[in-house]
Amino acid sequence: MRHFCTIFGHEIRMLLVNTSTYVAAVLFLFVMGFFFTFLLESYSEAARETSPACDFFRLFWLAVIIIVPLMTMKSISEERRLGTLETLLTTPVSTGEVVLGKYGAAYFIYLLLWGSTSSLFYLLHRFAADPRLLDAGTLVGGYVYIAVSGLLFVAIGVFASALARNQAVALVLALALLLVLIFGASLAVDIQILKLEALRPVRQALAYANVFQHLDDFSRGIIDTRHLFFYFTGTALTLILTILGVEARLLHN
Amino acid sequence: MRRVVHQSVHDRMSTTDQNLPPLTIEVEHLVRTYGGIAAVADVSFAVRRGEIVGLLGPNGAGKSTTLRILTGFLPATSGIVRICGIPVATRTDEAKRHIGYMPENNPLPEDMRVNEYLYYRGRLKEISRDKLRMRLDAVLELCDLKRIRHRIIGKLSKGMRQRVGIAEAILGEPDVIIMDEPTIGLDPHQILIVRDLIGSLRGRMSVIISSHILPEIEATCDRVMIINGGRIVVQGTPAELRHEVLGHTHYEVQLAGDIATLPAVLAQVESTLILESTSGPDASGFHYAILTTARDQELGEPLLQALTARSFRVRSLNRAQPTLEDVFLAATRRSWDVVDSPGAKELPASPGSGPQPAARL
Repeated sequence: MRHFCTIFGHEIRMLLVNTSTYVAAVLFLFVMGFFFTFLLESYSEAARETSPACDFFRLFWLAVIIIVPLMTMKSISEERRLGTLETLLTTPVSTGEVVLGKYGAAYFIYLLLWGSTSSLFYLLHRFAADPRLLDAGTLVGGYVYIAVSGLLFVAIGVFASALARNQAVALVLALALLLVLIFGASLAVDIQILKLEALRPVRQALAYANVFQHLDDFSRGIIDTRHLFFYFTGTALTLILTILGVEARLLHN
Repeated sequence: MRRVVHQSVHDRMSTTDQNLPPLTIEVEHLVRTYGGIAAVADVSFAVRRGEIVGLLGPNGAGKSTTLRILTGFLPATSGIVRICGIPVATRTDEAKRHIGYMPENNPLPEDMRVNEYLYYRGRLKEISRDKLRMRLDAVLELCDLKRIRHRIIGKLSKGMRQRVGIAEAILGEPDVIIMDEPTIGLDPHQILIVRDLIGSLRGRMSVIISSHILPEIEATCDRVMIINGGRIVVQGTPAELRHEVLGHTHYEVQLAGDIATLPAVLAQVESTLILESTSGPDASGFHYAILTTARDQELGEPLLQALTARSFRVRSLNRAQPTLEDVFLAATRRSWDVVDSPGAKELPASPGSGPQPAARL
């Protein structure tokens, strides 16, 4: 594991000099900033029960499907296409270290981008006299949820990159997998066939995997260990599959 | 008993020569199949410390696959590979610490600078920071990269990229350097530079190069192995190969006189000397004759004396050395004959480090 730090530091540096990171960052901040403005305007028109933070985080899925594929698409598929994966794996580093290093760097940048949205709330605090607009609990809960769910989403992005032969395919695959994860559960719950009693456990499992429910719980300050378990084990599983996927492609190439 | 060598490069540098194994690469009965097709079928060879060995073969012969298995990147289907005595299959990480590798087409990350890339590779190879700085300076100097150390790799020409690849391979002062087609696509100047670079590595590091640019292999390598269809067809020094595979020497003579009596004259000089071909007399009446003999010794002087004694006028006499290309074509053609003809004896792929004679069919 000693090479992890070298690879991690290197990958962060590479992400920071890469233009697609900045494209993703600009798009993300543009969209989130615009939405935040829109949200505040709706607050100025009519009184609302919840603080802006609550509604703001409900749009996290848009940020995820913008940032994660753009940041992770290059991670492994570009190295495979260029052939530098071969030179990387002929040094005394293990496949696990490579995958974890790239994953760690992508997650770090993801956190950085989301952390920059705190500037929006700072602006709100600075220029709005009303203390009711800022709800510390929801803010903290929301950001904790972003950090925890980000583990799984970035892992899926890296997984898609490991499977794909080039960047564009990695992008689309990551997008598809993330959309399935985020919306699949809530949409699949309504399928007719799942209304059967025999498939009740499946229905329950899908209801459990509803990410919006997780967000609501975190925002209300409920840190449910079942949700944590979902994200942590999902991340571990995806990363293990990624490592196996990279090695399998080497074996059969 | 061989002392267990500590992993750090610093310690490796301080071990005495007696403790380093004499054979840096040992390959025994290596097989690699891809879904039923044997890319490498029973390859065995050994490389001594400080040797430069060339692996020649037509495309698809299994050169790249063999080299990839040596580096531990690809697992073999069966067989044993040892790098400095360490088996690659079981102790892969340890074996990789002794290897510097430059793959085919020299893949490099496009958006890094030369010194950044070399620094990163050095850290990955577990070279300590202080030692790495010194090695970086030395390697940049050796490969003439000092002027372009701050350039982005994507903007370099092919020759410079090749030098960066070689610099990266020699960075950790590994015991074994494996290069897959290092001079491909280079212009003659660049080939000369790369050839000199590789030649300067002779000594403590063993180098194994695969190529199908034969003059390069002939100029650089101490020993050559020809691989075809996944098997080693013949191996030895270029001189041994010429002798074993072709087994004859050519003499090219330009002479004027009675060509009909020439075979008799030749028989007198040397019993195995025969007239292979003549071309018709040119404007000044000289014929161009090619003579062949199985003997290795220098026959120039007796031939000249015999010809002038028999009142032939000789304008030029030249001993034509068969090139490695002739050896290669003969050796690989012979393998196809073996495969095609029914009941023919298989060429043995024998292990060991001495010259190996090809089986006579």
